[in-house]
Amino acid sequence: MGVVAAENAAGRMRRRICPPARLAPLLWVGPAILLIMLVVVWPVIIMIRTAFQHISPDGFILGWAGFRNFTYLWQEPDLPGILIRTVIWVVSIVACTMLISLVLAQLFNQRFPGRRVARWALIAPWAASVMMTALVFRWALDANNGVINIFLHDLGLLKHFNTNASDWLGSPSSAFAWMIVVAIFVSIPFSTYALLAGLQSIPSDVYEAAKVDGAGHWRTYRAITLPMLRPAFIVALLINVINVFNSFPIIWEMTRGGPGHRTSTTTTFMYQLKQSYIGESAAMSVINFGMVVLIVLLYLRVTLWGQEEAR
Amino acid sequence: MEGVVPASPTSLPRALERRRPARRLRNRTLIFAGLAYLTGIFFLLPYIEMIISALRPQNQLLDRDYLPRRFAWHNFIDIWSTGFGNNLRISLEVAAGATILVLLVAVPAAYYTARQRFPGRNLFLLLVLVTQMFQPTAMLVGIYREFLSFDLLDSVFALILVNAGFNMAFAVWILSAYVSAIPAELEEAAFIDGTSRIGAMLRITLPLALPGIVTALIFTFISAWNEFIVALTLTTAPQTEPLTVTLNSYIGEYRVDWSHLFAGSVIAIIPVIILFALIEGKVVSGLTAGAIK
Repeated sequence: MGVVAAENAAGRMRRRICPPARLAPLLWVGPAILLIMLVVVWPVIIMIRTAFQHISPDGFILGWAGFRNFTYLWQEPDLPGILIRTVIWVVSIVACTMLISLVLAQLFNQRFPGRRVARWALIAPWAASVMMTALVFRWALDANNGVINIFLHDLGLLKHFNTNASDWLGSPSSAFAWMIVVAIFVSIPFSTYALLAGLQSIPSDVYEAAKVDGAGHWRTYRAITLPMLRPAFIVALLINVINVFNSFPIIWEMTRGGPGHRTSTTTTFMYQLKQSYIGESAAMSVINFGMVVLIVLLYLRVTLWGQEEAR
Repeated sequence: MEGVVPASPTSLPRALERRRPARRLRNRTLIFAGLAYLTGIFFLLPYIEMIISALRPQNQLLDRDYLPRRFAWHNFIDIWSTGFGNNLRISLEVAAGATILVLLVAVPAAYYTARQRFPGRNLFLLLVLVTQMFQPTAMLVGIYREFLSFDLLDSVFALILVNAGFNMAFAVWILSAYVSAIPAELEEAAFIDGTSRIGAMLRITLPLALPGIVTALIFTFISAWNEFIVALTLTTAPQTEPLTVTLNSYIGEYRVDWSHLFAGSVIAIIPVIILFALIEGKVVSGLTAGAIK
């Protein structure tokens, strides 16, 4: 026994001494840090540098630009509309998504036969590429033979095909409204699943206590479910804000941000600028990135605060 | 009515509880089930329309009806003669490459952070959490200029790197949660037998964490497979594009090749939905792990 213990201790010593102990963690997490540096941190640095460079459309660096890229961006006549649209985009999509998901999470949390299958159907828009989903909607909104128009025609809501009324993507306001609908459609599955996970983490004895106290359904929901769902709700909300703010494929595939820039958000505008004015595009990116950092800080505040409370 | 036959003090409340809601429950269950099925079908509609449109014969593509008079499979056959197979292969390479890279990088990091307390551990976890919140879209200009300067445009390797980098966080969360749940005592027994830490990880812990590994693997594969904007930015030629960019190029200035667009989309989407269904229950915990844990 004593020999084994001694050997064991020696083995441990060897393990501890062999690689310099302080560097051991680097061996394990180093590759991950390296990857993050290469793909996330370094691009941010280059992006910020580009925002202050003067770069020709064909990619030659012509020197430093100071804040000129930002002033050009500021002078873009379309920018005010784009900023307002971005706010509408994020607020309306996230608000509708969260409200609808609250209802759907409640529904899919009930017990009924085939619940698993019904939940599976819900994941399709989440798993499928958003860009392909956006394209089907573009096709379904076709002024001549889109299936949504056929359906509206059958309901008597649409009189004639190939008119302004059926050309949803032809006018900026109806196009933007439909793109918001598509964005809500693809955001709901994740949000519903996140809220479902939140619902399932509420211990059932709390509900039993409420039942004993004679609380009705609505009262139970407001007094127990909603407050206890708060952490999951806030996390899902903030993840949605970031995703929706960065959303590119829906607008790109349905209108390319047009006509003009009249259905663009700051994200698609950044991409359009990138084609010819990369410095200005970088300036737009820096502003977008600043927004994302703000949201992430908020997220960290909320979540780290949540962890401390849990301890 | 209630309490007429008190069988025993313990079984009485249980019997009542079971009986009373039973009748009301049946109606409610039916309503809930009906609503849930309808919701499920509603969320499948765009993909059903996608399949129907891909199966429309060319001369019925513009018809105003819900279903064509007959289904035609030729779009699914013709598409392979357009070079689609090559783009599919690139998508596979990118997704598989990113998945392998994520596993190589995330497994040791997740294992070590779950098992050891070391200086900088919290900082590392914070870094991972922050990367998860960032999306390549927000720093696209930087990514573009970085890989331009490395002369890595039109390269599968560049797409593998970016996809791996932005999906690693998910794998780290899922895996470290699984490893934390496996008792460290199992490994200590192996240490006594002289196994190294790497040996213990490979032979004892990782097999037990297999469900987590599979989840991370499938999730990374799907997001790399679906990735669009980085691929759109980092590729410039049809021969080097992954599938999403190719499908995007079916949208011409004046004409859209809807038939092939949807045939290609169906081919791209169906395997992904099936894979996702396998890990459906675990994805949320990986996406929100940093927060809800």
